[in-house]
Amino acid sequence: MSIQFKTIRELREMLDKKAISSEELTNETHKLAENLKDLNCFVTMNKDASIEKSKIIDQADKADSVLSGIPLAQKDLFCTEGLRTTCSSKILSNFIPPYTATAVKKLESAGSITIGKTNMDEFAMGSSNETSYFGNVHNPWKKGYVPGGSSGGSAAAVAAGIVPAATGTDTGGSIRQPAAHCGITGIKPTYGRVSRWGMIAFASSLDQAGPLARSAEDCAILLNEMSGHDSKDTTSLDIECTDLLDTINQPIKGLKIGIVKEFDLGDLDSEVQNRFEDSKKLYETLGAEFIEISLPNISASVPTYYSIAPAECSSNLSRFDGVRFGHRAENTEDLNDLYIKSRSEGFGDEVKRRILIGTYALSAGYYDAYYKKAQQVRRLIKNDFESAFKSVDLMMTPTSPGTAFAFGSKGAQNPIELYLEDLFTISSNLAGLPAISIPHGKVNSLPAGLQLIGNFLREDQILNAAHIFQKNSEFHLDKPSMEEF
Amino acid sequence: MAWETVIGIETHVQLSTKTKLFSRASTEFGKSPNTNVNLIDCGLPGVLPSVNKEAFYKAIRFGLAVGAQINQMSIFDRKNYFYADLPKGYQITQMDVPIVLGGTIDIETDKGIKTINITRAHLEEDAGKSIHDQFDGYSAIDLNRAGTPLLEIVSEPEISNAKEAVAYMKAMHQLVTYLDVSDGNMSQGSLRCDANVSVRKIGDPELGTRTEIKNINSFRFVEKAINFEVKRQIKQLENGEVVTQETRLYDSVKDETRPMRSKEFANDYRYFPEPDLLPVVISDKEMQDIKDNFPELAEEKEKRYTKDFGLSEYDAQILASSKIMADFFEQSTKETKNYALLANWLIGEIGAFLNKDAIEINQSKLTPSNLAMLINRIDDQTISGKIGKSIFEEMYASGASPDKIIESQGLQQISDDGEIEKIINSVIQENPDQVTAYLAGKDKLFGFFVGQVMKLTQGKANPQTVNTILKERLKE
Repeated sequence: MSIQFKTIRELREMLDKKAISSEELTNETHKLAENLKDLNCFVTMNKDASIEKSKIIDQADKADSVLSGIPLAQKDLFCTEGLRTTCSSKILSNFIPPYTATAVKKLESAGSITIGKTNMDEFAMGSSNETSYFGNVHNPWKKGYVPGGSSGGSAAAVAAGIVPAATGTDTGGSIRQPAAHCGITGIKPTYGRVSRWGMIAFASSLDQAGPLARSAEDCAILLNEMSGHDSKDTTSLDIECTDLLDTINQPIKGLKIGIVKEFDLGDLDSEVQNRFEDSKKLYETLGAEFIEISLPNISASVPTYYSIAPAECSSNLSRFDGVRFGHRAENTEDLNDLYIKSRSEGFGDEVKRRILIGTYALSAGYYDAYYKKAQQVRRLIKNDFESAFKSVDLMMTPTSPGTAFAFGSKGAQNPIELYLEDLFTISSNLAGLPAISIPHGKVNSLPAGLQLIGNFLREDQILNAAHIFQKNSEFHLDKPSMEEF
Repeated sequence: MAWETVIGIETHVQLSTKTKLFSRASTEFGKSPNTNVNLIDCGLPGVLPSVNKEAFYKAIRFGLAVGAQINQMSIFDRKNYFYADLPKGYQITQMDVPIVLGGTIDIETDKGIKTINITRAHLEEDAGKSIHDQFDGYSAIDLNRAGTPLLEIVSEPEISNAKEAVAYMKAMHQLVTYLDVSDGNMSQGSLRCDANVSVRKIGDPELGTRTEIKNINSFRFVEKAINFEVKRQIKQLENGEVVTQETRLYDSVKDETRPMRSKEFANDYRYFPEPDLLPVVISDKEMQDIKDNFPELAEEKEKRYTKDFGLSEYDAQILASSKIMADFFEQSTKETKNYALLANWLIGEIGAFLNKDAIEINQSKLTPSNLAMLINRIDDQTISGKIGKSIFEEMYASGASPDKIIESQGLQQISDDGEIEKIINSVIQENPDQVTAYLAGKDKLFGFFVGQVMKLTQGKANPQTVNTILKERLKE
């Protein structure tokens, strides 16, 4: 029985009915991954340990959790004890962490089985997965096309049906944009909902972990487990998280959805616009109401993000110095030479670019003009959202201005071209708000994503709206043919 | 030409918390390298700092003691620079909002009490240690110290000479040890300072160009380093040269300061708010708890010693000046009631021994119980004061209890009248010439007879009994 493209719900049923054992499921998953290795969505497989764990799971009479025995893939920036964690960077290509990230640990404690670590943009810096030291990941819908990034490997592994779900992280759109480009569902939670302990930091004040899956419901299943306060992360919110499945089926009649006035879709591909209009109509038939809202400072979000995120990254990545772990250059003359060579050899171009931008933005004489100013604008953007959410329950935008593009076609000459991929996603990171991307049809035979942005900690509302949409449409059921692989 | 010196001091105080500022690793000194280190301390990818409130309480205690303003909301910043013993490539510190703002410390100078203003004191984490001389061709890194909480206390440039700087550091030492904020152990680096030194012509309203002498870790070096630096700067200026603003190191072997290599300080630290830590808020209740459990300071101890133990002001001040000495004294008073004698011993005999060995009393083999026992034996006349001194020497050397020493060496004082009379009789019999001379008016010979009695009893005869009986017998 094929397990490819199955959802968590479907696999759960198969396991519970003993149609398949956890061990068989794990073996099948590895086989699938092996057959589809041209996708290049995995950096490291966890074969022996995952099969070992599946055998233990099979010994239990009854699954005590919906995730028990379910194979998952983890983005390769979550530290996993004893399992190589590279951030898709040469500088960590030999790093085996002595501990496991809280988000992964929670999923594993719920019985899920980590089958491997997924490819990504190096240190999560990129929107196409083309900055990985381990090579490009193909979009399962079209060979030679990007899966999006930075969680490109996770998105491709789910879209190709190898695993029902995977973890990702989102600093400026890194879960939602690849989910959109690969035709799957991905949610970035409220900042602080999921612990960042063990997640290798890109930009601490923006990074947030979340799931990618084949449906909003499966995203809710994973997010339920991943959420919760962690004393090891002082920025994690000390709040009770409600069961997101409890409210996911509520009717959405009367739901007020905001359309952001300042996001002018007129410049986008007409097909992208058409998909958006179609989805609006579907929501209207389901009883939702659309209201135009204004986020006056939203146009500043990309420059604001590209001041703050590189600044934090320039500091966060200082620890990769060749002294205690990771790549160390050989034949160095002194300490300074060790730093220069190890880091020059260990980091790729995009990472170096962002470290340089960030170092510049924090330098004496520039701090006020860049970093500090950006923080002030960030506050304004956050205020814009706060006041807009007084009149709407959630907001709706396209996830990305376009669809997946061919390798090397964007950003090679001008990196800013790629930075604009995150136009619609970046502001929710700046404001710390939850946002989900769901598939809503195709543009030129490639998937397009619809983004729903929720109010602070209202994952329940966007998951509910996404689930009702999926109950009344079939876009999320669409599967790539995989003939090219 | 007359010059005046202007000195500001940055004191780094290691707070005596059990665990580190942002991790639960132990701060214990002297462990084998890289054993007091956890994931956070070695800056592994993905780790995050979590806060040790105890360090905040200690910092606040210091702030309250110097009458400072306390910022109950602590915000941290990152100070970015690369060094092999700085695991994260940045230090978590407080730049814009220090936990302690303002306050004063009084120091004793030749001209009386002088008040030095404190600019600020902030919390930060210490770095590890680089060891350059143990492995040929390699440097070694010990991260045991990395993450230890530091309070950096910055004074205003109001210190006028090396002696005042030493007085300031001594006052600081006394304060932080009394507050139980730090163990104050300078040789282990728990208390160290950077001195900012400049000179200017007397009356000049502008400050001269300053140099910063880094990492001075003893009172003596504070004095020597500043004196050297002041002379050097004056000489330069008098030769028509200029003082370069730079960081210098004091070499205690050569007794000189010299510039650190420019690479080591030419840094743009790129401070920015630490995004991994939310502001740490100390509640009003926590503040009240700190105030309610405030330790007794030296001045209060002094007053209590004169009042409760009947000590002279002088003795009380000396004992209370060191927390370690005061603690030892108070421990001893639990087992002896002759407080004056106890104080005398601590200040006199014992003080001399400690000075000679340059150690604190808690580093010696002496215990409060043993000292109290010695005082009791002198007080109850089991031994004389003189024998007491020789017993003390052995106690100090071996840590043995005085009763054991007295018993094993038969040093009990002879106070038995009959026995002493017998000895006196024999002394008189054996020295007829001296008796005659004494009776003829040579009073000074009394001492000779006492000496003979002591010689025969190996000093064990109770001197008062000897005096009384000898006087009576010589009259006869």
